[in-house]
Amino acid sequence: MESWRRNPLVFWIIGLPPTAWLLGFFLIPLALVWVLSFAELRGVVDMEVTGTLSNYARAIDPLYLQIFVKSFVFAGLTTVVSLVFGFPVALAIVFAPRRWRALLLLLVILPFWTNLLIRTYALIAVLRTRGFVNFTLEWFWDQANAVLSLIGLGSLQLLGGRFEPLELLYNNTAVVVGLVYVHLPFMVLPLYASLEKLDRSLIEAALDLGASQLHAFRTVVVPLALPGIISGSILVFIPALGSFLTPDLLGGTDSQMIANVIERQFKSANDWPFGSALSFLLMYLTFGALALRALYSRRTAGQGRG
Amino acid sequence: MVNHSPRRSTRRSFLAGTGAVAAGLTFLPKDGWSAEEKKLNFYNWDTYIGETTLADFKGVTGVDVSMDLFADNDELFAKLKEGNPGYDVIVPTNDYAERMITAKMLMALDHTKIPNIANIAKPFLNPKFDPGRKYSLPYMWGTVGIGYRKSRVDGVPNSWKALYDSNKYSGRIALLGAPSKVLQVGCKYLGWPLNEADPAKLEKVAEMLIKQKPHIKVFAEDNGQDLLLSGEVDLTMEWNGDILQVMAEDKDISYVVPDEGGLLWEDTLAIPNGAPHPENAHAFINYLLDAKAGAAIADFIQYATPNAAAKALMKTEYTGNPAIFPSDAVIARCETAIYQGTEYTQLIDRLWTKIGAA
Repeated sequence: MESWRRNPLVFWIIGLPPTAWLLGFFLIPLALVWVLSFAELRGVVDMEVTGTLSNYARAIDPLYLQIFVKSFVFAGLTTVVSLVFGFPVALAIVFAPRRWRALLLLLVILPFWTNLLIRTYALIAVLRTRGFVNFTLEWFWDQANAVLSLIGLGSLQLLGGRFEPLELLYNNTAVVVGLVYVHLPFMVLPLYASLEKLDRSLIEAALDLGASQLHAFRTVVVPLALPGIISGSILVFIPALGSFLTPDLLGGTDSQMIANVIERQFKSANDWPFGSALSFLLMYLTFGALALRALYSRRTAGQGRG
Repeated sequence: MVNHSPRRSTRRSFLAGTGAVAAGLTFLPKDGWSAEEKKLNFYNWDTYIGETTLADFKGVTGVDVSMDLFADNDELFAKLKEGNPGYDVIVPTNDYAERMITAKMLMALDHTKIPNIANIAKPFLNPKFDPGRKYSLPYMWGTVGIGYRKSRVDGVPNSWKALYDSNKYSGRIALLGAPSKVLQVGCKYLGWPLNEADPAKLEKVAEMLIKQKPHIKVFAEDNGQDLLLSGEVDLTMEWNGDILQVMAEDKDISYVVPDEGGLLWEDTLAIPNGAPHPENAHAFINYLLDAKAGAAIADFIQYATPNAAAKALMKTEYTGNPAIFPSDAVIARCETAIYQGTEYTQLIDRLWTKIGAA
């Protein structure tokens, strides 16, 4: 491959459109939001950029910090659950017969062919009080009762007088379930990519040398899949942190995440400067978390070498 | 200030509506009022006009009306915030009309060109949000009350207590996801004015809601009527129009405005500044306020009309329906929300955040 220095024209032709795109549709709008976060409201529609820090002062109020923490917990839980479910899936795809792999990967990506809003409403139809999960449970309940009355125990009402549906929707569990459902493919794909490159003779060697299956998994597979685990976790964690649709539609009275607060500032509360400050605070916190993580991994890597 | 639309469309119509919003506006220079071209751009809610109203208007005046649709007041406001893209007549809800008046976004109406103002019922002629009706005229009105499932509720829930301050229906209640509406109705329940702005009192309402939270299933964003219809909840705070929709599907559902009174909303007809056809706009508003035309619209969309002459032409199934027209005694205890400035809006949002985080 030739260096771009020797072929500057090709470089510019290829490099210019994405750069312009990035500048026009990402950096400039982002800069505008950043500037707005130092503005003050003047009446109903007008804002004046005064360089004030009052929006940030309001944003670091314990009330909002508490919601930041809660959002981090939600996103963290989502990441862990996605990893626990995603790892076996990725492993299974890697070890599946070669002709099946493409199909299995397609199945992982398939949900993306449907709009997020529609998928979330579908999940509501599954989980609600009169949804498919409860219909199924009720059917089993009816069958069990029929068997009980057949053997003469029907009058005892062993299973209760009336089927009590499970409350699966409108709570924090539903939010995490919804977030995992939406973000799982982002975990599976990077895991698959790194596991696919894994040299299987290493696992065989570990087993030959007397390691148990679990031990081999822990000391050989996981460390080698670490890059996939890390990029998958980041790909799940960051969008989960900024979700507002899922907590809105699946959550109960307790499920407010920081993105819901931010969304309200741009709509009903009509307070764009405060919303901008909250957005940037969220971004700084995310960067901070990633930087900490990078620092930590560098230090542990250093220890390993020493 | 928040105002989700009275008829926040169901998700079905919402999805269709978003796609239906088309551009196609003309920006011809206006060459004097007398020589206005025969065109009008109307920006309206979905399913919020009579079946043949626009064609009838063309028959009378020869003016071609092209109608665009918006899904909520925030969308309408956002579209006009940076300047009028070419609309002649818009339909903002009262507190958004007030916001637009404050921001000088509406044109003063020439009452001499709208003789049908005489058809409007007295109580609508001098509202707090637009004294003397200088900028807006009433189109339709309604209430926020309680939609409930008759077979699962004891009698008629004629107090907000069932939703705000009681564990009787624990886990079977939904409130609106609209911060200002929920706090304002809470003020009504505690015996204060709907527009109470005293931070200490609003704080009290928030505390009551925090205490009530374990019994509330969800703050329904857009779908209280669907939750009621699917049996997810048995009582929900909702706009009357939304409950009317599901009452038609399920006879077990009913609607009541509690005795403490509730929130009264009014959608208004207004002309935004920079409208290309102000003369036609006046003629169109006058036509919508006509007795016969108004009755045809009300008959089709089933909202309460403020037009006394039109109401007189309607059948009793409409005028006698308490979900459309609550009793006069109840209406007397209802209030409309007014726009109370930035600090109030910020306080409401902060309290709402606090309720959610508690």
